Amino acid sequence: MELLYILIISLLAAALSLLPVGKRFAPGVTILGSLAVFLLSLRTALATAAGGEITAIADYLACDSFSALILLLVAFVGLTAAIFSWGYIATTVGETDDRKIRRYYSRFNLFLLSMLAVPIFSQLALVWIAVEMTTLLSVFLVSFESTPQALEAAWKYAVLTCMGASLALIGILLLRWGMGPSPNVAFTWAGLLAASPQMPPALLYTAFLFILIGFGTKAGLVPMHTWLPDAHSQAPSPICAILSGIETTAVLYCIMRLLPMFQGGAAADIGKWFIIFGLISAGVASFLLIQAKDYKRLFAFSTVEHMGIIMVAAGLGGYAAHFGAMMQIVSHTVTKSLCFFAAGATLMATGTRNIGAIRGLIRISPLAGTFLMVGGLGIAGAPPFAVFLSEFSILKAGIMNGQYLVIGLLAFFIAVAFFGIMLQINRMVFGRPEIILMDESALQFARSTAPKHYILPLACIIALLATVIPVILFGVYLPEQLYQLLHQAAASLGRV
Amino acid sequence: MSESEMVFSFLTKLNALTGGLFLLCAFGLVGIRQMLTCLRIYVFQALLLAVSAVILGYYHASIHLFVVAALTIVTKVFIIPWVLRQAVGYESYAKREISQVLNIPTSLLISIAITIFAYYIAGPLLAANGAGAFEKVNLPIGMASLLIGAYTVTVRGEAVPQLLGILAMENGAFFAGISIASNLPLIAELAAAFYVLITVLVIGLLAMRIHTVIAKTAVGEMMALREE
Repeated sequence: MELLYILIISLLAAALSLLPVGKRFAPGVTILGSLAVFLLSLRTALATAAGGEITAIADYLACDSFSALILLLVAFVGLTAAIFSWGYIATTVGETDDRKIRRYYSRFNLFLLSMLAVPIFSQLALVWIAVEMTTLLSVFLVSFESTPQALEAAWKYAVLTCMGASLALIGILLLRWGMGPSPNVAFTWAGLLAASPQMPPALLYTAFLFILIGFGTKAGLVPMHTWLPDAHSQAPSPICAILSGIETTAVLYCIMRLLPMFQGGAAADIGKWFIIFGLISAGVASFLLIQAKDYKRLFAFSTVEHMGIIMVAAGLGGYAAHFGAMMQIVSHTVTKSLCFFAAGATLMATGTRNIGAIRGLIRISPLAGTFLMVGGLGIAGAPPFAVFLSEFSILKAGIMNGQYLVIGLLAFFIAVAFFGIMLQINRMVFGRPEIILMDESALQFARSTAPKHYILPLACIIALLATVIPVILFGVYLPEQLYQLLHQAAASLGRV
Repeated sequence: MSESEMVFSFLTKLNALTGGLFLLCAFGLVGIRQMLTCLRIYVFQALLLAVSAVILGYYHASIHLFVVAALTIVTKVFIIPWVLRQAVGYESYAKREISQVLNIPTSLLISIAITIFAYYIAGPLLAANGAGAFEKVNLPIGMASLLIGAYTVTVRGEAVPQLLGILAMENGAFFAGISIASNLPLIAELAAAFYVLITVLVIGLLAMRIHTVIAKTAVGEMMALREE
């Protein structure tokens, strides 16, 4: 029943945060709610780590190891983002606008609810609706700051992902058609897997392509990625952490779930699609990173690159590569949310998103500077952080498979992205402290060479610390239960 | 010919007529510049979707499809046009002519190519899965309408026509869906109707926000965010 409670708790939190009682009530309820959701998700994940499924409502709500992994990650990012929001929103919105704060938390909880529903639902039609709800419920979070840029980003986000949605819908309906006319078959992930050997290959293939393009739009695969850097840079930082850290991955999860339906030659064909889309995404994003002028945009491009890496790992096939993909999902999620929290802290300390405008961040705000450096190193894939280990295991698995060309290209793109990210972050973090702000009214640049020392709100520090722990820990040590969960999830991607 | 055969042949013909008109509406959304007319065409297309659902529902004796038809009429014929008028305001769409990146004859030619392409991908699927007379009409036409809708969204640079394009895509997906996946659980159908409403509400409100902040709804001209 945990699964049902998880959904009910976030719905309740969304409703309660609208109540106009005190300034601390809405953030408090949100943090408590997401903490409860996190603990329940942890319980679910531990229960599925040994294999098997947890079912709340047969054919509708169920979790196996792969979905429990995604659920746990959503709950983790949700919890840390809720804590970060406490400090961030109070600072950026200002204590005066109570209604705006309540609206933010209510939308935050609804968005989290839709995100949690993606792995929990097992009925495919409902999964599709949950995925689309994640878009619709986050549109107003993206446009939260109501600047023309934020509205533009929200518009692109809504329109492009809704277009993708319709394409994915036809793919899903085609799958239902392939399962035969009987109304009694369960249209779930498991039911689909069981029915797939009897389905005509042409139908499976076409349905897969529709879903790949449709959901790929939302996962930010090149060339359907154009909305992603906009939306992921314009939203408030805690929302960026959820959008970039886990929303993209949760959609990728829906695509990866289709993998085990294909056998033999068909599996190799499908793998090629994964690898082609993955390599194009990683390649294009790693070169776009270099010219990014906005550090949140920089991290958004890095998300596209990492989605590409996960796609390649899933497409390589074989247990080792699938295990690498699962590890990459975990390490990317924790590291990317750290990056966006650090970016949020930097924004609070300096008031600008422009990379060129910031020098010597580590002297302006030692904490923001340190975390930004750790996040940058972590996401670029430097040892001993988690992403290094997962990228290394993917490259190793690929070499064992004999895919030298694919791995060579992937390694090259990762190296380009590494230098792209580190060059920019280095410039910002070190050097003489300096902030260049543009004066909007006079259209002049104001250079402040001795910026005020900035102290981060306590809630933000707690969120940053909570996120940095797994980033460092998973680089050197995987807890046994997590290893089991990853193992089960990776095994479920291959045909039993 | 026995009576059931006659009924079947009549229903097939009626459904084919509905399908033809449905496709014509998809072309109409590409080829007509006036916003109000576009909205009316969309409503008519939704009505045709409901008609096809009733025909299929009668033939399969399926209560689900009648529910789909009822939901379609309530949401798409009554609520959505009303919401659009409220959210976006009469003046911003009634009088205006829609600007389009490619001119109309070219767009119509591209739509014809898209339709042929839809038949080209639907053909092998119909053959492989042993399709009946209804699927043969609904699946390719639904796909064609979906892809033409996608094309409309790409070439039109205004908020409301883009939204109508998305809704036409959804209509297309549902038009194919009622024939190939008529046995989805009721909850999924209710959720889908709810989802369409939320889409219109969210995108409509966003368009209104854009209108108040930057005083126009030419979303195609918003170019602040891009790579240099």
